[in-house]
Amino acid sequence: MLLAETTPYAFTWNLVADVREMWSFPFMVNAFRAGAIVAVVAGAVGWFMVLRRQTFAGHTLSVVAFPGAALATLIGVSTAVGYLGACLLAAVVIAGLRESGRSGVAVESAATGTVQAFALACGFLFVTLYKGMLGGPQALLFGTFLGITTGQVALLTVVGAVVLTLLAAFGRPLLFASSDREVAAARGVPVRALGAGFLLLLGAATAEASQITGSLLVFALLVVPAATAQVLTARPVLGLALTVLLGLAACWLGLIAAFYQPYPLGFFVTTFAFAGYVLAQLTRAVRGAVGRVALPTGATS
Amino acid sequence: MTAQPIEQAAVPAPAHAGAPVLQLTGAAVRVGGRTLWSGVDLTIGAGEFTAVLGPNGVGKSTLLKTLLGAAPTAAGEIRAPGRTEIGYLPQRRTFDAGVRIRGIDVVRLGLDGHRWGLPVPFLNRARRRAERRRIDEAIESTGATGYAHRPIGECSGGEQQRLLLAQALVTRPRLLLLDEPLDSLDLPNQSAVAALLGRICREDGVAVVMVAHDVNPILHHLDRVVYLAEGRAVTGPPREVITSETLTRLYGAPVEVLRTTDGRLVVVGMPDECRSGGPCC
Repeated sequence: MLLAETTPYAFTWNLVADVREMWSFPFMVNAFRAGAIVAVVAGAVGWFMVLRRQTFAGHTLSVVAFPGAALATLIGVSTAVGYLGACLLAAVVIAGLRESGRSGVAVESAATGTVQAFALACGFLFVTLYKGMLGGPQALLFGTFLGITTGQVALLTVVGAVVLTLLAAFGRPLLFASSDREVAAARGVPVRALGAGFLLLLGAATAEASQITGSLLVFALLVVPAATAQVLTARPVLGLALTVLLGLAACWLGLIAAFYQPYPLGFFVTTFAFAGYVLAQLTRAVRGAVGRVALPTGATS
Repeated sequence: MTAQPIEQAAVPAPAHAGAPVLQLTGAAVRVGGRTLWSGVDLTIGAGEFTAVLGPNGVGKSTLLKTLLGAAPTAAGEIRAPGRTEIGYLPQRRTFDAGVRIRGIDVVRLGLDGHRWGLPVPFLNRARRRAERRRIDEAIESTGATGYAHRPIGECSGGEQQRLLLAQALVTRPRLLLLDEPLDSLDLPNQSAVAALLGRICREDGVAVVMVAHDVNPILHHLDRVVYLAEGRAVTGPPREVITSETLTRLYGAPVEVLRTTDGRLVVVGMPDECRSGGPCC
């Protein structure tokens, strides 16, 4: 996992040479490709998730990704399939809970939390049962960029394309339903169906992001870029674009850092994303302070 | 027929252009096996302002939902415009400070939020320009231009209410259904929004049906009152409905309507407790 311990490569600030060096390894090319797909998909879905305040559902989905991947490893299937299967299944379960526990946010989150705890316990069992090369659950929990195969990249591309197409198809009614549920319903928008459909998209996006950051750090790509963008702008289209760009930047910078440094990928991706969020908050604070100074005294709101 | 508003006899009631916008005949609604109200007759023409009054839990909001087509009727007949011709403002809708969407986006969703797919750039430019113009127009008509580009969560309650009203009006509805839109506003904002509603009603010929907790802020603008109580309804001009005799008959218990020197109505002895503590209907 700690590649830099075994490779003598050093970052030179000659970016072209550095990138050429990294991309001489097929697994790094795959990692960059996978990172790009994941950042775009997780960013777009994450923006809606933050707007809908469903981060807890997102967190549960990401935790469920762990037993899925562990089980997949145990029975000898690709972890990508494990992530996807577990997340989509959990999305259906949460959508079902939502349906039955009508508008009871407290009941819903308690039930979701119950599912989450059980999923985590199952994951631990599967990892213990598998006494092979895994060396503990670390890679599944905190992410790795080693061993992303071309086949996995292809799967990520297909799933990502489906998610983005669906999001483009029902993004606008979803925005309406998310910001203004009752009026959207009155205008004939199928609010409940959209909510369930969105959970499935969220499941797919979480499964994708889990491949890069591991299931515990999924929020680095799912929440942080979206939260940062929403600090910076209230325009929907600009916000979505910004989210995707921020996610992409965090992911690629994280990959570069993890290639040259002996520390895990998940840490770097999360750190870059977090730094962006802190900068955005500072920018807003400074902008607010400047705005207050520029206005005549007493005219502030 | 239409009665003159109590203290605005100078403003002529608009002529009823053709068929009524809304018609209820012997309508009844059951919720959970219990008849909420029955035998409601109501006819509303274009440009008429109607208030739905009554104690809590009597089914005022349900009446609006029935008109929207969102709740079924148990009996009688309802003729209302289609969904696209109705503007709807649900009860107590506030966006908290965390909502990072601009007011103008909320208004725009009223126009195109139900459409699937994404708008293709460089296509249908004329239509998009027309939509933009319509959105700006709706925002201007409610006086919300100054803060339409701010995140709606940062706007005050009165500002949000004007933006939401712009959203409801952006499709040029024939019927506007409002559920206690003045509820969370302070007194100056209450009368300002009431005046705005009155103007939309008269000048644009929109039929307004508004559930109200307190009739006084809108009393000057009203053509008609639907007073729901005890599963029944009385319909008519406010000065005929909000009287001691009518309400006593409706409630089946002694109720007294007092008129203050400045023309406000106060209902005393109403069986249901009033939760605002203010001068209620």
